[in-house]
Amino acid sequence: MVEKVRVRATLNGEPVDFLVAPYTSLLDTLRDELGLTGTKEGCNDGNCGACTVNMDGRIVDSCCVLGAEIDGSTVETIEGMAEPGKLHLLQQTFLEEAALQCGICTPGFLVSAKALLEKEPHPSETRIRFWLSGNLCRCTGYDKIVKAVQKAAESA
Amino acid sequence: MVTDTTKGKYNVIGTRPIRHDGYDKVTGRAIYGADITLPGLLQGAILRSPHAHARIKSIDTSAAAAMPGVHAVITHTDFPAAEDTLVDLGEGAVNFRYASNNVMAGDKVLYRGHPVAAVAAVDKNTALEAASLIKVEYEVLKPVTKVMDAMKPGAPIVLEDLEGQDLGEKIDGQTNQANHFRHEFGDVDKGFAQADLVIEHEYDTAMVHQGYIEPHNATATWDEDDRITVWTSTQGAFAARRQIAGVLRVPDSQVKVIPLEIGGGFGGKIPTYLEPVAAILARKSGRPVKLLMERTSVFESTGPTPGSWMHVKVGVKNDGTITAATADLRFDAGAYPGSPVGAAAMCVFSAYDIPNTRIDGYDIVVNKPKTAAYRAPGATHAAFAMETVVDEICEKIGMDPLEFRIQNAAKEGTRRADGPIHPKIGAIETHQAAMQSDHWKTPLENAPDGKLRGRGVATGYWFNIGLKSVVTIAVNEDGTVALTEGSTDIGGSRASIAMMAAEVLGIPVEDVRPHVADTEGIGYTDVTGGSRTTYATGYAAHDAAQDVVTQLLERAAKLWDVEPDEVEFSNGSYQSKSDPELRLSHKELSSKLGSTGGPVVGTASVDPEGAGGAYSTQIADVEIDPETGKTDVIRFTVVQDVGTAIHPAYVEGQMQGAAAQGIGWALNEEYFFNDDGQMVNSSFLDYRMPTSYDLPEIETIIVEVPNPGHPFGVRGVGEVPIVPPVAAIANAIHDALGIRFRETPINPGRIRAALEAKE
Repeated sequence: MVEKVRVRATLNGEPVDFLVAPYTSLLDTLRDELGLTGTKEGCNDGNCGACTVNMDGRIVDSCCVLGAEIDGSTVETIEGMAEPGKLHLLQQTFLEEAALQCGICTPGFLVSAKALLEKEPHPSETRIRFWLSGNLCRCTGYDKIVKAVQKAAESA
Repeated sequence: MVTDTTKGKYNVIGTRPIRHDGYDKVTGRAIYGADITLPGLLQGAILRSPHAHARIKSIDTSAAAAMPGVHAVITHTDFPAAEDTLVDLGEGAVNFRYASNNVMAGDKVLYRGHPVAAVAAVDKNTALEAASLIKVEYEVLKPVTKVMDAMKPGAPIVLEDLEGQDLGEKIDGQTNQANHFRHEFGDVDKGFAQADLVIEHEYDTAMVHQGYIEPHNATATWDEDDRITVWTSTQGAFAARRQIAGVLRVPDSQVKVIPLEIGGGFGGKIPTYLEPVAAILARKSGRPVKLLMERTSVFESTGPTPGSWMHVKVGVKNDGTITAATADLRFDAGAYPGSPVGAAAMCVFSAYDIPNTRIDGYDIVVNKPKTAAYRAPGATHAAFAMETVVDEICEKIGMDPLEFRIQNAAKEGTRRADGPIHPKIGAIETHQAAMQSDHWKTPLENAPDGKLRGRGVATGYWFNIGLKSVVTIAVNEDGTVALTEGSTDIGGSRASIAMMAAEVLGIPVEDVRPHVADTEGIGYTDVTGGSRTTYATGYAAHDAAQDVVTQLLERAAKLWDVEPDEVEFSNGSYQSKSDPELRLSHKELSSKLGSTGGPVVGTASVDPEGAGGAYSTQIADVEIDPETGKTDVIRFTVVQDVGTAIHPAYVEGQMQGAAAQGIGWALNEEYFFNDDGQMVNSSFLDYRMPTSYDLPEIETIIVEVPNPGHPFGVRGVGEVPIVPPVAAIANAIHDALGIRFRETPINPGRIRAALEAKE
């Protein structure tokens, strides 16, 4: 057994302190070590965006980051998006606009879209489509996802 | 946009409520197949064949079994000899012998990625490392991956024991031809002789994958009393149970399948792959075992839709009347018999009324993964051929393509080429709505900077299915109801099923709590497939709600000490026919159940046969860069008869999602095989599906021609919208370039090559 690495980070606003094998991806760390299964695996090679999380203000595919790499970082996952009892505006507009079908890609889209609106509160449709092109959805054809992001931007 | 057929008719149907399971899905709380964990859980790994076709000479698992942390190593010798039995799974049949061989190879591997051994260990890394220590000695054989190559004399034989059939006769000797059938009607020779113009072409399409984002998964326990429990993402818990039991050779009732949330299926999550393997690993290790599939294996080892070779010939008179048509459809089934060529034959001419037809279908085995259903399986292939021939006819006789389709449209009473008579259908209404659309009426503007634009139209048919569904509705004392169904919810069906129950009961949809049960929590329910869930499970929800109403009428009668037929139910209230003072709402009456005989539970078990076919007509505008050969879809409209739109937003979502898949199929997606039969683009990077940046807004026009075979007029919605896009785009590309493409995908390389050949 390989020796585990100690990691201290801020996860969804809370301090975390855990041991993880040096080869374990952040995706597996979140899901298997920390019990946060809201972050999904679609490809495990950085091409579908289902595992998107926010790390120090940037969106990353958590399958392509090691768990040990978040030492000293601030990480936000889908589980940290809503406030207690209150959905984030994007979560609300995704529901209202029927922007999800099977829902497996939804956490990744929400984390990506949140990062976009924090950076650019009023993006154009083209900009939204470009920004979200790292997240694959096979159910919706993206139409309602784009409209949900537009609606959130308009009502913010 | 929704046509107004059903406007004002219903209280709940036609509204757009937030889906009940939505909150869990936007917060990450929803538990999908891969999210389950159990005490003592082991992780599994599967060793797969690197060869497309090879004989297994030996397998040595000793080093893997000896590795610390490894709890079980299995090969095909750990599986019971499966029965040669064909079992209907609702949408497609399965032969247990082939199903067993597909989840674990025997003496031969039949495609790259075919499982040969599996390991369960304390963690994923240990399992993967142990799998890599298994030594397999192969004798590599020549593979065959193309349907026409597999039909040639002397082709490599995929299944040595296959008994081929040709028009009902057994084929002598070894063959890759599992079946050849024919549907014949009228006199095609006479029909073609009457034609002023006959157009015929050959087509070749590449294998494509459903592309669901969630990989397959299975977690299993095998208890001391031989009870097997499986948690999985599946389109049908009962279909999964039947396959698992069939492969393990135990009674169905010994297996309990707990369906967790499912991350897309499109037909590809009807077959089971990992479930029986996890169960045998669990038995051998005495621990729960979880198997997760890698994306590469999802491409290489699950059930894509076939590649095909097709020939279609159509004769018309100068006035636009179709006189005859023939189709020769040859589909690669993958490594075992059972391509969707039968469904293709049911659909190829079914948008039209043609007096003389002949359809030949061939089911051919090749060294590729066993194909599975993919959204209207087979119909997209067939429409690509038929609808591009129709486009060429319209061009040559100078007729508007929508007028041509209306003139020749199938309608109520038209005999389908394969036999059945169409019930009430909405082909004509769909074409008319397309004609009146803003898209069709707005001329295409020329492109700037030397790019070329074109517009294409195509239509598609899918027959839809009914099959078995069970629903129970338990009334709570506060007036809410708990609705239990056996249909796994892939795209929001909990909401549409709940809406139909709410409509009958006269309560808000939020007062219905829908729940998808496991195989021990509800009666047998067929798969979520065939566009049947909102139709058949909705039918069951309607009937179960009616059962609740009947029982509540009796309770009201009891309260008022009158006969039940003296109480009536209208607008959500129960009232005495003779005394207007005696009136109770559903909620008020629900609070009195305890004192009038106890809880009320409504149930319904249905197997309805009036699914009714559906039509979608689609308009595509493309813009092509002749320098690079790249095609951009710049406007796209989906028009579709849905019967009655229960939840219009999710109906639109089905139409848009299917169109996006069809656009990917038309322009880019394919399994690319090398000469060794190995797929060389088995990642999302290389098998590139459309992203948000590749697609335009997808406009939708919902047409409602209510289906008389459903209490609310529902028709299946999910599948037919993937039928026309490939043809519509091929027709649009022809409009832009003057070139007809008869192979898919129509990718930049093909377009550049065709432009160069034209120059």
